[in-house]
Amino acid sequence: MRLDLAIVADMVPRGSRVLDLGCGDGALLEELIRNRGCEGQGVELSTEAFHACVAKGIPVVAEDIDEGLPDFADGSFDVVVLSQTLQATHRPALVLREMMRVADIGIVSFVNYGHLGLRLQLLLRGRMPVSALVAERWFETANIHPCSILDFESLVRAEGLIASERVVLGSDGGPAGGWAVRLPNAFGAAVAYLLHRTPGRVHR
Amino acid sequence: MRHARSVCESVSMCPTVTNGPHPEQGGSVGLVSTQYVELFDRANPLVLESGATLAPVEVAYETYGQLNADRSNTVFICHALTGDAHAAGHHGDPARPGWWDNFIGPGKPVDTDRFFVVCANLLGGCMGTTGPSSVDPATGEPYGLRFPLFTVGDLVSVHRALVRHLGIARLRAAIGGSLGGMQVLHWAMEYPDDLALAVIVCATSRLSAQNIAFSAVAREAIMRDPNFHGGDYQRIGARPDAGLAVARMMAHITYLSEEGMRNKFGRRLQNGTTPRFGFDVDFQVESYLHHQGEVFLRRFDANSYLYLTRAMDYFDPFGDLLHAGPHLERLETFFLVVSFDSDWRFDTSHSREIVHVLAAHRVPVSFREIASPHGHDSFLLVVPDYHRTVASFLHRPDDGPGRQTGGER
Repeated sequence: MRLDLAIVADMVPRGSRVLDLGCGDGALLEELIRNRGCEGQGVELSTEAFHACVAKGIPVVAEDIDEGLPDFADGSFDVVVLSQTLQATHRPALVLREMMRVADIGIVSFVNYGHLGLRLQLLLRGRMPVSALVAERWFETANIHPCSILDFESLVRAEGLIASERVVLGSDGGPAGGWAVRLPNAFGAAVAYLLHRTPGRVHR
Repeated sequence: MRHARSVCESVSMCPTVTNGPHPEQGGSVGLVSTQYVELFDRANPLVLESGATLAPVEVAYETYGQLNADRSNTVFICHALTGDAHAAGHHGDPARPGWWDNFIGPGKPVDTDRFFVVCANLLGGCMGTTGPSSVDPATGEPYGLRFPLFTVGDLVSVHRALVRHLGIARLRAAIGGSLGGMQVLHWAMEYPDDLALAVIVCATSRLSAQNIAFSAVAREAIMRDPNFHGGDYQRIGARPDAGLAVARMMAHITYLSEEGMRNKFGRRLQNGTTPRFGFDVDFQVESYLHHQGEVFLRRFDANSYLYLTRAMDYFDPFGDLLHAGPHLERLETFFLVVSFDSDWRFDTSHSREIVHVLAAHRVPVSFREIASPHGHDSFLLVVPDYHRTVASFLHRPDDGPGRQTGGER
């Protein structure tokens, strides 16, 4: 399993009922279901990834998360995971809102576009950045809404959510140390958050 | 449900639509025959949901493939409104295979090298299973409208009796499209220990007002036919053919998509390019519908049509979630729900409703809307993405991730 997925898996409480948005071939759900006592449900629009999940026996619905999550009732999951998918959605704020409607805990991970290496590429070369985690060029990428750590934390606050845990990741997808921990927006390659709803705030 | 085959019988414009054996997609189960068994007797009659009883009940069924040693590989096929037990293989003429032959056979989605497949004609049908055209042992005459009203649940009760008769305690899967999918949904909800997998294709948990309206007009056409005689047409030696043909023609419109009809017929005329300006059949689409109506008369009974459409109207397993909820909570069946984007008889919102309720009750469910131009009929046709989805689902590993019933919560 990808290193960043292993970190996300560690953030999911054992035995949870988990909804994985953009679950890909189901690697995270398979780990959670087989080894961590979880119940899992995936959402995946890509045909090939959908078939990969079905063949593994992982429940998956082929839906567009930009349309919200109408298949799923309020509070019907313990945890919703959005791993490396937020930046590819058309309506990230809506997706975040829908996540926190169907579960109490949200886990979001994404590539940090505030990383100095990416910033410097644009500054010095005058071209949209490409890196190990951002492998596709601007005209190939599905990432239409890239954001930095600061950007995302602003959105979290604006949505009235609390980030109770933040894990900064290095370019290998594993936990970062050193500068990345002290100055995550500048040196963190990617990041994963554990989100909760603010107690008392009404969501719809 | 032979209409899929008839699509190509009457119109030679079905390049992607085939219903016969596909050498590249597996073979045929070959020569098969329908078997008959008498289930239930006076002492132990079939008790319908209404409380009425029936005995005996003859059931026509076919089986394909081999039952394995631990009797764990049975797949039950639930047919739709006008189907029959002859789902796969042929009865002597390989050119006239069963209604789901593209789906069932060696190497096909329902792989008979791996599964033991059972398909039975529905209670109330007219293809060998007891129905309104059968002789009532009490009177020695056909039941007609004295046949008791039955529900989708009653159809499942007869399926279960057949499965028990075959010595099978638990099914690997039940599969059905349209009314067949409704039976599968009921089966999985009411008897959670019966099924490991449930495949529900272009079905519904409840007919909409529009669906019921179409059913109502179809029944009116039959019942207003002067040859209907209150359902006693058999005794009199009459047949409400005009009404039944109209019912079938109208229903058939709902099985096709607007786009499909436009592509297949457009406004083309039956003969030449000059309209004849009369009331005889002139447009190709008219000729097609007439053909469908005529073919249907040869094989279907008007009273069966009334009873089965009525059973569909009343089906509403989610109607009382206070009752159904606890059933759903303890389901360990895995569901696959499939819809087709051009189906307007039971459009995707019907399938989404099923997914929504199942997921809300923590039932593992996979769902996909498949792109196909062929409307409701798509479930009978070779739509590669659809066949692949069902095949993957049925071949899921036995030790695949299951629903955690214990857990550490």
